[in-house]
Amino acid sequence: MITLNINGKDVQVDADPSTPILWALRDNLNMTGTKFGCGMALCGACTVHLGGQAIRSCVTPISAAEGQKITTIEAMESDKVGKAVQDAWVKIDVPQCGYCQSGQIMSATALLRTNKNPSDAEIDNAMAGNICRCGTYQRIRVAIKDAAKAIA
Amino acid sequence: MRIEWLNQGTIASASAGAATSGMSRRGFMKAGAVAGGGLVLGFFMPGAGRWANAQQAPAKVYEPNAFLHIAPDNTVTVQVNRLEFGQGVQTSLPMLIAEELDADWSQVRGALAPAGDQYKDPAFGIQITGGSGSIAHSYTQYREIGAKARQMLIAAAAEQWKVPASQIKTSKGTLIGPAGQKATYGSLADAAMKQPVPATVQLKDPKDFTLIGKPTRRLDARAKSTGKQTFGMDFKAPESKVAVVARPPVFGAKVAKFDASKAKAIKGVIDVLEVKTDRGGSGVVVIADGYWPAKSGREVLAIEWDTSGVDKVSSAKQVEEYKALSQKAGTPVRTADTSKLAGAAKKISAVYEFPYLAHAPMEPLNCVIDLRKDGCTVWAGSQFQTVDQGAIAATAGLKPEQVVLNTMMAGGGFGRRAVPTSDYLVEAVNIAKVWQAAGHTQPIKVIWSREDDIKGGYYRPSHVHRANIGLDAKGEIVGWDHVIVGQSITSGTPFEPMMVKNGVDATMVEGMGEPYEVPLNLTAHTVKANVPVLWWRSVGSTHTAFVMETLIDEAAHAAKMDPVAYRKKIMGEKGKRHAAALDLAVAKSGYGKKALPKGQAWGVAVHESFNTVIAYVVVASVKNGTPKLHKVTAGVHCNTAVNPMTIEAQIQGAALMGLGMTLPGAAITLKDGVVEQQNFSDYTVARMTDMPAIDVHIVPSNDPPTGMGEPGLPPLAPAFANALFKLTGKRLRKLPFDLQSA
Repeated sequence: MITLNINGKDVQVDADPSTPILWALRDNLNMTGTKFGCGMALCGACTVHLGGQAIRSCVTPISAAEGQKITTIEAMESDKVGKAVQDAWVKIDVPQCGYCQSGQIMSATALLRTNKNPSDAEIDNAMAGNICRCGTYQRIRVAIKDAAKAIA
Repeated sequence: MRIEWLNQGTIASASAGAATSGMSRRGFMKAGAVAGGGLVLGFFMPGAGRWANAQQAPAKVYEPNAFLHIAPDNTVTVQVNRLEFGQGVQTSLPMLIAEELDADWSQVRGALAPAGDQYKDPAFGIQITGGSGSIAHSYTQYREIGAKARQMLIAAAAEQWKVPASQIKTSKGTLIGPAGQKATYGSLADAAMKQPVPATVQLKDPKDFTLIGKPTRRLDARAKSTGKQTFGMDFKAPESKVAVVARPPVFGAKVAKFDASKAKAIKGVIDVLEVKTDRGGSGVVVIADGYWPAKSGREVLAIEWDTSGVDKVSSAKQVEEYKALSQKAGTPVRTADTSKLAGAAKKISAVYEFPYLAHAPMEPLNCVIDLRKDGCTVWAGSQFQTVDQGAIAATAGLKPEQVVLNTMMAGGGFGRRAVPTSDYLVEAVNIAKVWQAAGHTQPIKVIWSREDDIKGGYYRPSHVHRANIGLDAKGEIVGWDHVIVGQSITSGTPFEPMMVKNGVDATMVEGMGEPYEVPLNLTAHTVKANVPVLWWRSVGSTHTAFVMETLIDEAAHAAKMDPVAYRKKIMGEKGKRHAAALDLAVAKSGYGKKALPKGQAWGVAVHESFNTVIAYVVVASVKNGTPKLHKVTAGVHCNTAVNPMTIEAQIQGAALMGLGMTLPGAAITLKDGVVEQQNFSDYTVARMTDMPAIDVHIVPSNDPPTGMGEPGLPPLAPAFANALFKLTGKRLRKLPFDLQSA
């Protein structure tokens, strides 16, 4: 048993310590908002926050998360920055298939926490690790700026 | 498996004319009851469907057959007869019903319909999401459902209020009587259900549209922005276990022997079994409590493969073979007089190369299967319900009506979920069979890793094109000899009778020639290779548009004419919509008027696919030898623009996927039969840093809508290449782009 702190709550996970956070969330805890895209930290679909930093949960074992706070897409509605990002996503009509968007939103939220008014280049660099195969990048840029205004 | 649609249009180019209603021909609409009350409009196939074969007639509840349900609480639920995988049909098909119904849009919901005869595409005759046909083929169908339900609600109100139906108006989900009577749709839904379904109905004049043509946000945007949307990957059946398959390294190869002892020692692994895989091969399936133990188990399998007896393709060798073959004429596709070619004043000779491409949707393939003795339930993000239902049934030894195929929201697809062989679903049935033979009973969820997806075949076929074009002294094309070499997508599948015409697969040559009035003599060689191939967003136009639009640009350059003016000059009658789209893109971009910063250049291309014309005017530069696309202005001619907000998104997304084809590493290659790429590390897809600014402009029209999911892709790469020619003097003839070796 490993104790993880997820979205402010301690939970017990009965899984091998090498299990990535992603699969503990999805298979052990039935929290499916965080997505599996590549398994190699190449696409960003699995992005969560670990100790406030955006990380790829598909390659981060639960053993490395003990004693730290894990925050997932499920907690964003009650997070000021996260909610602003989600609202901007809906307003700008960002999602297409939507599969990558949990990860996009987690990366965008982490960006706006440290940079309240990112430029296009800063947005591109911060988001370059999140693949969207549908090509919603242009609207993501607009939505991040919209969210930045909303929380300013 | 019987497919009844093979004589109706083509997947690649179903006609816009097919947007007429198929209802009168194929079945009838019927109102019915549903648990909880309300008005349900279903569409029934005489002598077909799940009930036709059931032991007893359906009782009062037949919700699965419904297209439309108006509940007493005023909620309007529309069954979408398509897969939603980003293209927006779960919003735009409900818009069609809501428009004619005069529904309150805030009360409308979209649901994905399961496999069922009534949900077949009216033009194709099978349930399919493909050929960019969702709106184009169901435009009248869905509007009629809304209009008929509205008439029934009016009839119910007329009866209740004892006024003539002609005096009742409707607005935003409310019926309004001549004396100011008001009733919500929900309050009269039960009464409306008792009214006869009108045989015919008058549809709105486009000038009266309040929803069609208005930018409308997606109904699923909130769920998809909060992690609450359930995709196939997120679905679990009670007690279901996870399966991961070690598939053969060469397509169709077999397991010689394997040792599962290490895998079975991993906590959570339940069983390890040999299983049939695609193309007559076999593999080893690891079934565990979850994905991680299953994948960990697969990693420690010791498998000896038998790859004898299967062809082992090497891409480098294949390209050379294709090039050699392209020196000879193939099977005629269209003929023209090329006698003036030899003596032409100017000549263009070109050989083009296109690699295999993987679809790589963000959600890797998956499905959940619950196989029982007397039936089978499958949950999958299927683009091809009719075909998949039949294939699942055949593999399971069941009748199609014993298979319930639930359509799950899918994380992209781009063609990969519409497989004539139903490869991943047939494999899932085979897994369930060996699992049960080993004494287990639980449902199985099969998950593909990204590596499985990239290496799993069903690629856009590789192609070589060879063109020889002659121009006279004035720059007019006087002869054009063209040969295409590649694999057929549909040969050997149930689609062959419809798609293969005079020995050539229509999907290999679509997009060649028109709308230009040029003496194009086109032949094609169909090659067999042990690499499964498939339609990939915009299918043949992924390569034909590139070839056509770069060659026309080259001809314009040889003719010393502006590339826009040259195109318009040689477009015939069939080019009216092309000219309109091109003119719009040119006007909005400032092409020919605006001076660009030093180091930047314009590029232009226009192409029709799925009856929609897209023109791109782009601005590009080259920095440190690397091409960069800065700006794209799109002119779109899709006739009626049902949801301009979705259309903009589809153009931006398809254009980016087109740009992705040009990026270094955007190729699947094989060596000795083994795919060399494995993940996004070595198979490139476009990222945020690649995204140009894309402005979308739509040509106004009230004609029936044409396709939208795919047509934005084809003209992007050639427009980019044409701009790069102006900057470098180099003609790029190989994808992905490589300026250094061009």
